[in-house]
Amino acid sequence: MPLLSASDLKTHYNTRDGLLRSVDGVDLVVERGETVGLVGESGCGKSTLGKTLLRLVDPTAGRIEFKGEDITTLDQGRLRNVRKSIQMIFQDPFASLNPRHTIGEILEAPLVVHKAGGRPERRRTVAGIIAKVGLPADAINRYPHEFSGGQRQRIGIARALLLNPELIVCDEPVSALDLSIQAQILNLLVEMKKEFGLSYLFISHDLSVVRYFCDRVLVMYLGRIVESADNETLWSDPRHPYTRALMAAVPDPSRPRQAAPLGGDLPSPSDIPSGCRFHTRCPLATDLCRVTEPEFRTIKPGHQVACHVADHIN
Amino acid sequence: MAPLLQVENLTIGFPRAEPVRDLSFEVSAGETLAIVGESGSGKSLTALALMQLLPRTARVTSGRIVFDDRDLLGLDAREMRQLRGREIAMIFQEPMTSLNPVMSIGWQIGEVLKVHEKLSGRAARERAIELLRLVRIPAAEKRVDDYPHQLSGGMRQRVMIAMAVACRPKLLIADEPTTALDVTIQAQVLDLLDTLRRELQMAVVLITHDLGVVAQWADKVVVMYAGRKVEQALPGDLFNDPLHPYTRGLLSASPRLKSDFHYLSGRLTEIPGSIVSAAGEAGCPFRPRCRQARASCGHQVPPLIAQTPERLVACPFTSSLKAVPDAASLSL
Repeated sequence: MPLLSASDLKTHYNTRDGLLRSVDGVDLVVERGETVGLVGESGCGKSTLGKTLLRLVDPTAGRIEFKGEDITTLDQGRLRNVRKSIQMIFQDPFASLNPRHTIGEILEAPLVVHKAGGRPERRRTVAGIIAKVGLPADAINRYPHEFSGGQRQRIGIARALLLNPELIVCDEPVSALDLSIQAQILNLLVEMKKEFGLSYLFISHDLSVVRYFCDRVLVMYLGRIVESADNETLWSDPRHPYTRALMAAVPDPSRPRQAAPLGGDLPSPSDIPSGCRFHTRCPLATDLCRVTEPEFRTIKPGHQVACHVADHIN
Repeated sequence: MAPLLQVENLTIGFPRAEPVRDLSFEVSAGETLAIVGESGSGKSLTALALMQLLPRTARVTSGRIVFDDRDLLGLDAREMRQLRGREIAMIFQEPMTSLNPVMSIGWQIGEVLKVHEKLSGRAARERAIELLRLVRIPAAEKRVDDYPHQLSGGMRQRVMIAMAVACRPKLLIADEPTTALDVTIQAQVLDLLDTLRRELQMAVVLITHDLGVVAQWADKVVVMYAGRKVEQALPGDLFNDPLHPYTRGLLSASPRLKSDFHYLSGRLTEIPGSIVSAAGEAGCPFRPRCRQARASCGHQVPPLIAQTPERLVACPFTSSLKAVPDAASLSL
């Protein structure tokens, strides 16, 4: 039984500009102990998908299961129990920390909500987690603004770990950090994964980070997963033209410059193209692609792709 | 030929801090100089100093900025205004905050031309459409009447570029121009900037924190740390043979797309601590985070040593560092 699974998950919003199909039919699985990367450009729906999986946003259709239990329509009370096991780390730790509360108060709050022990025990738990994520012991009495970006992200990680979760959804956890700090935080996440046996869903736009950090990768485009493969396969044999374009666009010191691989912008999720949703930007699009949406099919064990021409790419 | 822009020993001071210290570099026409550094390195303040747009509390306390044989620090506000937008232009990271939300993009591009080239409203609009075509905005004659919020992030940055190059400036300062953009859009925008640089023979100062961008788009690179230049090199040399411990640290801290390095095979090499530790440091600003620091590093700021005319490094121990095997574990 997978730790987390979603089938045909949809999150749509009614807006002035019409129906916004942010998440538009996603199937995914996160196995126990696995780090799954979710990559895509801004507006592709990856953050909405992350929030939907935690039920921070309610899905329009589809099904979410956590350890075999259907949590799609669970009421808030029973959801609270599940949330002990699924936590989230956000991109901007400052925006997710109450500026008027000390770090001690911020970290104690989840323990109070979930009635985890009396006051002295809670204090001990907080002190323990602060040490674990590499913050100074006196952090307890200080306020978020007194910390640098990297330290704030350590606070965010500490809060996520407090209730011994099994899965953490990390939404761009290192994107706002400087390079020298990014490595510190990634290393910390790896240590915590090993120590607590965690699974991660790691949402990121940074392919190099995903390359290092993930076991399996999902590539998302306009509300759908277009390719899924284990880390090794995806980088050595990407099949979807969008995956290839993303990789080619990353400026890398180790290779010469290439012409921009894709023209145009991401279409709006309120006006998703017919057929394959990538066909408006795809260099390989055929008439079939303009009319028929490709199914997400398995091309070899563990490697799925939603593309009509994926087999012919070299 | 003399370089178009020469910055000599520039120091910028706030009442209680000196965020840029003793910084020198030069750029020639048609050349792209990248200034790379993290937040707090002073790179953006340097850009603002070139435009004479420093915040009110900041002052250039010493040094010279010579542009096209004129010392910008000696110009009065009116003279500077004539230069700004016409001969020196700048684009910023977040185009939405630099564009006026209640004016059409055509009007905003046209305004530059009305001010500097005294064009009429009609002529300015025509030129605005041409400029939108130049920056590859489709259906330019329709888009010209759009407002910023109707455009995507990539399109907005193109509009900013159109405004910046409207008067064919000699120098373009681009402060993190693609940081807010997705990689596929970033590639388009950098392509465009590079084409314009060639066509207009502009000098470009590209300020970025992205080493990949530096490697692929710069002719030469200045690495800044805590307000000081710590290394200068051609991009190839910098990536194949980084000399300063900070540059080495940055390169080995960054995961690479073309590398099999994975969390199961080992930890990323961290640079311990944070840039905050440089404050109040009497010697080398990187000393508190440097794995190779010695006692003498705390005595004075290490001078820049020229290994070749193109290669400068502010660390006296670079030759002995090469013997440290772990310092450059990066396979490029």
